[in-house]
Amino acid sequence: MDKMLGKKSYIAVFVLPALLIFVSFVMIPLLISGTYSLFEYDGIGKMRFLGLQNYIDMFTTDRYFPKAVVNSIVLVVASLFIQLPVSLVLALVLAHGVKGEKFFRTVYFVPVVISSMVIGQLWMKIFHSEYGLLNILISAITGSTFDYSWLSNSKTAFLSTVIPAVWQYIGYHMLIFYAGIKSISTEYYEAAQIDGATKWQTNMKITLPLLTPVIKTCVIFSITGSLRAFDLIYVMTGGGPNHASEVPATLMYNNLFRRGLYGYGSAQAFFIVIECLLFTFIISRIFRKSEENASAI
Amino acid sequence: MNSKKTAKSFKMIILSFIAATQIFPLYWLITFSLKSNAEIFGENVIGLPKAWRFVNYSTALTDGGILRYFLNSVFYSAATVAVVAIITAMAAYAIARMKWKLKAAAFGIFSIGIMIPSQAALLPLFQTMDKLGLKGGYLGLLIPYIAFGIPMSVMILTGFYKGIPKEMEEAAYMDGCGIFRCFLAIMLPMVKPAVATASIFTFLGTWNELMFANTLVDSADYRTLPVGIMSFAGQYSTDWGLIGAGMVIATLPTILIYFLLSNQVQESLVAGAVKG
Repeated sequence: MDKMLGKKSYIAVFVLPALLIFVSFVMIPLLISGTYSLFEYDGIGKMRFLGLQNYIDMFTTDRYFPKAVVNSIVLVVASLFIQLPVSLVLALVLAHGVKGEKFFRTVYFVPVVISSMVIGQLWMKIFHSEYGLLNILISAITGSTFDYSWLSNSKTAFLSTVIPAVWQYIGYHMLIFYAGIKSISTEYYEAAQIDGATKWQTNMKITLPLLTPVIKTCVIFSITGSLRAFDLIYVMTGGGPNHASEVPATLMYNNLFRRGLYGYGSAQAFFIVIECLLFTFIISRIFRKSEENASAI
Repeated sequence: MNSKKTAKSFKMIILSFIAATQIFPLYWLITFSLKSNAEIFGENVIGLPKAWRFVNYSTALTDGGILRYFLNSVFYSAATVAVVAIITAMAAYAIARMKWKLKAAAFGIFSIGIMIPSQAALLPLFQTMDKLGLKGGYLGLLIPYIAFGIPMSVMILTGFYKGIPKEMEEAAYMDGCGIFRCFLAIMLPMVKPAVATASIFTFLGTWNELMFANTLVDSADYRTLPVGIMSFAGQYSTDWGLIGAGMVIATLPTILIYFLLSNQVQESLVAGAVKG
């Protein structure tokens, strides 16, 4: 058997199709992007080596990029401090058994399976100045016509895209937390019950510490998902009005495909990659300690 | 005892309120997809349609060209799911069970793939597909979809293979079963649930994808639903009922699959994320 499982030709047949496609159409393009990011290049003419100048320009001469980075950080913060806590509380409540547990679990997850394009179009209509649900609701409560234009006002445009972004993935994180809680051995809870622990104590002292690896996963997903956000913003505002709701991904897309700035746009794309890897690394470091503590239980 | 009851009903109120916020926009979408503008814009904003206008759906499908986009999306998704399932079931088997030096490295490469934002590969893919003469056709979008579906599927399946006891395989190999037959007849049936799980992920990712579809395809003949609906919504921007019908058509398959397979989806998510 070992002979068969060690035979090179068999291994090649099994692993190469996936590996070759993945390397050729994901990894190599990624490396090409990284290379472009060091050049001035319009896709047709000569490439001129710039070193890290593109990366410096993003933060010094680009009028929109720093604001776009701030916007993406706002999205990260909203995900971490609104989306995840709500998801976690829902998961805790559901996992400890309530009536309709399965119903709620299923309903919360529904927005996750819907395309961001549909979610974006739908929320554009919710925020519509004349006929949108939100303004109709406000008008009904206040008794006077309210026709504020949420998406075409630079003060509220970005915030109006954050709301559906946070809303859409609550069910996703809830389900991951839920699964994590369910996989904790019931022995711990039985022991806690014998010791007379309250529900709150059980949650704080047993569930949360044992859930640390799952929380880490959700925090990483939440941060990297926010940093690379594109679809919802592209659909709802296109980065406007007057670039108020840009994020790095929408600027990158514009620079690459509208303005033909292949070098500069690639630097912005690569900036997102670096951000994602960096945050993943930092979060894993932060959590390493609490994971060690958790395993001591 | 009384305070316990109050706490319980308070819990139910919160749970129900959040459930309502999660589901209400969808309810609103479905109802306005069946209404006329007069109803949507004033007469009957949130109620059930007074007159059910199924004509919105037939108009969207034919005049709006949604039918074509729908079939394209079905094709891209089905082909991606099938190819990814086959090649990753094999690759994951090689990583989990076969004996070779570089398997940790191969696994490492695939796991980096999960962290990579797809936009970082977009421009080089655009150029490569252009050079290969595939840009704008089915293959020009299908190949990137397959490539980006691979890492997640390899992760889920490798984890699953590792949890399967080796006795069955060992017995089969002892009996002189060849590697391909053993893989097909013994391993594949055992990892079926994991393949189903991974396939759901692949399907959702492909069906809902917007950025690649918007960039790598220009002709309406090869367009996918998300891009198609976006241009459709621009074209008929004042006819909400019609746009709503298009959006429901784009959403229906994912919702149906989710309801049919919700246990599988939920179990798989647990398997994928909790291990990762």
